[in-house]
Amino acid sequence: MKWEIVIGLEVHTQLSTNTKIFSGASTAFGSEPNTQADAVSIALPGVLPVLNKGAVERAIKFGLAVGAHIAPRSVFARKNYFYPDLPKGYQISQMDLPVVGQGALTIQVEPLSGNAKPYEKTVRITRAHLEEDAGKSVHGATQSMTGIDLNRAGTPLLEIVSEPDMCSAAEAVAYAKALHSVVRWIGICDGNMQEGSFRCDVNVSVRKPGEPLGTRREIKNLNSFKFMQQAIDYEVQWQIDTLENGGKIQQATILFNPDTGETRAMRSKEDAHDYRYFPDPDLLPLDITPAMLDAVRSTMPELPTTKRERYTGSFGLSAYDANSLTSSREMAEFFDTTVGIVGGANAKLAANWMTGEVSAQLNRDNLEIAQCPISAAQLGGMLARIADGTISNSGAKEVFRALWAEGGDADAIIEAKGLKQVSDSGAIEKIIDEVMAANADKVTEYRSGKDKLFGFFVGAAMKASQGKANPAQLNELLKKKLAG
Amino acid sequence: MLNQSLQQQGDALRAKTISSVELTQLYLDRIATHNPVLNAYVTVEGHKSLAQARAADAMLANGSAQALTGIPIAQKDIFCAQGWRTTCGSKMLDNFISPYDAHVITQFNAAGAVNLGKTNMDEFAMGSSNETSYFGPVRNPWNIKAVPGGSSGGAASAVAARLCAAATGTDTGGSIRQPAALCGITGIKPTYGTVSRYGMIAFASSLDQAGPMARSAEDCALMLNVMTGHDPRDSTSLVRDKEDYTRELNKPLAGLRIGLPREFFAEGLSQDVGQCVQAAVAEYQKLGATVVEISLPNAKLAVPVYYVLAPAEASSNLSRFDGVRYGYRAPDYTDLTDMYEKTRAQGFGEEVKRRIMIGTYVLSHGYYDAYYLQAQKIRRLIAQDFVEAFKKCDVIMGPTSPSTAFNLGEKGDDPVQMYLSDIYTIAVNLAGLPGMSIPCGTGANGMPVGLQIIGDYFKEAQMLGVAHQYQLATGWHSRAPTL
Repeated sequence: MKWEIVIGLEVHTQLSTNTKIFSGASTAFGSEPNTQADAVSIALPGVLPVLNKGAVERAIKFGLAVGAHIAPRSVFARKNYFYPDLPKGYQISQMDLPVVGQGALTIQVEPLSGNAKPYEKTVRITRAHLEEDAGKSVHGATQSMTGIDLNRAGTPLLEIVSEPDMCSAAEAVAYAKALHSVVRWIGICDGNMQEGSFRCDVNVSVRKPGEPLGTRREIKNLNSFKFMQQAIDYEVQWQIDTLENGGKIQQATILFNPDTGETRAMRSKEDAHDYRYFPDPDLLPLDITPAMLDAVRSTMPELPTTKRERYTGSFGLSAYDANSLTSSREMAEFFDTTVGIVGGANAKLAANWMTGEVSAQLNRDNLEIAQCPISAAQLGGMLARIADGTISNSGAKEVFRALWAEGGDADAIIEAKGLKQVSDSGAIEKIIDEVMAANADKVTEYRSGKDKLFGFFVGAAMKASQGKANPAQLNELLKKKLAG
Repeated sequence: MLNQSLQQQGDALRAKTISSVELTQLYLDRIATHNPVLNAYVTVEGHKSLAQARAADAMLANGSAQALTGIPIAQKDIFCAQGWRTTCGSKMLDNFISPYDAHVITQFNAAGAVNLGKTNMDEFAMGSSNETSYFGPVRNPWNIKAVPGGSSGGAASAVAARLCAAATGTDTGGSIRQPAALCGITGIKPTYGTVSRYGMIAFASSLDQAGPMARSAEDCALMLNVMTGHDPRDSTSLVRDKEDYTRELNKPLAGLRIGLPREFFAEGLSQDVGQCVQAAVAEYQKLGATVVEISLPNAKLAVPVYYVLAPAEASSNLSRFDGVRYGYRAPDYTDLTDMYEKTRAQGFGEEVKRRIMIGTYVLSHGYYDAYYLQAQKIRRLIAQDFVEAFKKCDVIMGPTSPSTAFNLGEKGDDPVQMYLSDIYTIAVNLAGLPGMSIPCGTGANGMPVGLQIIGDYFKEAQMLGVAHQYQLATGWHSRAPTL
């Protein structure tokens, strides 16, 4: 019988506040060790924590984004253990009463294997709670000593815990990616995985269908989607092999080694800590009033699902385009601003340019949409000239290249480059007449059935108009005239 | 000068009959003479105190002086003071020079008061006799064989012996009131949240509260005016308008209803202490107060509840003393775990280790519900008893401590006997109420007896008035020991 895979994730997202969760020290990444360690970060005797409201607002935003219950009262608790990069000897976290309760996230799963089709799945979120990050132990910084850098100590984290709803590495990765997208979308986390802003712990177990859950092992601190997939694949196979060879799975915390592609046990359940959680007497319970909730709700951006519905509904875009345009909040906002200029009736035109020329150029120059050299206003200005027939599509490409390279304004470029197309049928007819007169022999050939020559006349007339003739008009008039 | 009130000393400073430098030097000389015996101070740095005194004299000269400008105050060594060694009575912090000021220190500095030195205390404020200090026991100036009480024993001894004009203390289970009683001085623990805990080294965060220790209720009121006020750095600091704690000092007592909890006059109370307290109550009746018997049925559970909750919080609060960043680190160790174990085994004294172990135990998986949660429930019942009691009376009175000062070493072998020394004070901390102790007589051995006054929340000004009226009518508070 086949094995069933059960996966749940715990994701630590660093919240994008300027200062720490319980003190005014900076949270900037990459500073000299301990330059952002104030009295509270060092845990000097006598210092006390004061909760950063910005961290609370970000937690609420997340709760709203995943449709979760926001606790009107949640409680900070101390998680006690000794480690050199944990300056107080306890971490302030939330245990029994987390700020965010049950929610859900809908994910698009792209199966990794073969010809299976993409599908949608809803993953339940158990809870999300606020806590502080630890510092870093820097091994080998000095000979035979370990350095302690407390810059990161006290950085706010939102730990997001899912139900064990995922049944494959592909689903786990899709969930992690969707979560990554949401936290960046609502602006609570910069999502920088290299810098540790988004770290995943993956709980994996296997079982035979219909049987109770198997014993899980927890892969800690995965900071790339690729490693996550590799680690899960390896771990699943290891657990299946172990069980099929008559072995038993021991609950354990394990690490993934990207160099070997293997997982390795860090500590077993036997040496699991008793964290002695209890409510932190230095902090009052966190009360979130309906007014606070409303205030945060009013700052919430339109969420990707709502946007997609609007794009396919009101604008008539394809689901594919709607997905592409909501791949990031910056992309969607760029699109919305562009459509704001050209009007909803031309949304399809804007979508084509965004998913076509704009994306291609960004890829070529290896840029994110936020770094796009052309602003949404500039693009909208150009698209408006396509829409009103001022320029042709090929003229637009030239305008686009100029905007990309030199900036400026579409109308000025059209003017300077003389790209305004001729839509005056009298003028076009005059050109056609001249071309036909100069090529009387070919006119005769065409009229005697050599249809292929139509292209020759289009080219010649377009050339004679210096490329400015409105192509649709030119085609139409040329057909009429050649027909005699 | 040494027996003058803070008001009188301040008047003399403002009248320039004495300078702050002269007054400070007077105390420094007295400390030099008597501290070798009393051991009330852990750290005295005269040059720092005198520098502050000179600054105070400048304020006095330019007319910017406030009530306590130029007055030498002793600070309990639990308050971090920038540039001062801050030990909390422990080997663990023997070498710790604080890089910052506690809120209380900031307030006194802003008021122009002089920091006269850091007073001895039970290690991490854990003790009722000052015998757990790493820096040796403090002596009671009324009898140097006797303990001064604890944990603010150094402060109490210093105030009683006139080694400072007034002092700060902290009170987690009676650590201001019990030593005040045993040394014959006046001390008040205000409502929890009134004085910021920022920079006050934590013992049990939900119970710790700072307050003044002085020679009279009037002096305490002036001290409290400086110490209180909202501090955004302490999340449990209450947002309230600044009060003038002297405002009810001269309010007559006619009509005052005094509640006497029958549980405070039962078994365990020394006869001589009981008699002094009854005499004090009789004096209050003469002053126009009426007496009503009340009951605090759950008060008997206060000591066991306290010895679950306070160690639980302490076990976590003291985790930061790990030898990694500051303070003591064991000289020889093999690896990280060994470093932690040796550092904490060598750096903490016996009583602190006992409480860390109790606290760790009651928070452990499988015991949390039976101990910690249960204790929290009883804590609420104890607080509720007081709510009921204050429906019948304005203040509650009783003994501060069941006996007068005992001798050094007398209770050393039995921690429970020591813990019972705070049997009447602990419930007040559990409820978060204000409580004070004033001298009201002497016991059979000639040692001072303290009368405890418990007020309703935020009734400090009323309590100080109640105490002051008694001190106007009697002379117990102005007695001084002969050194």
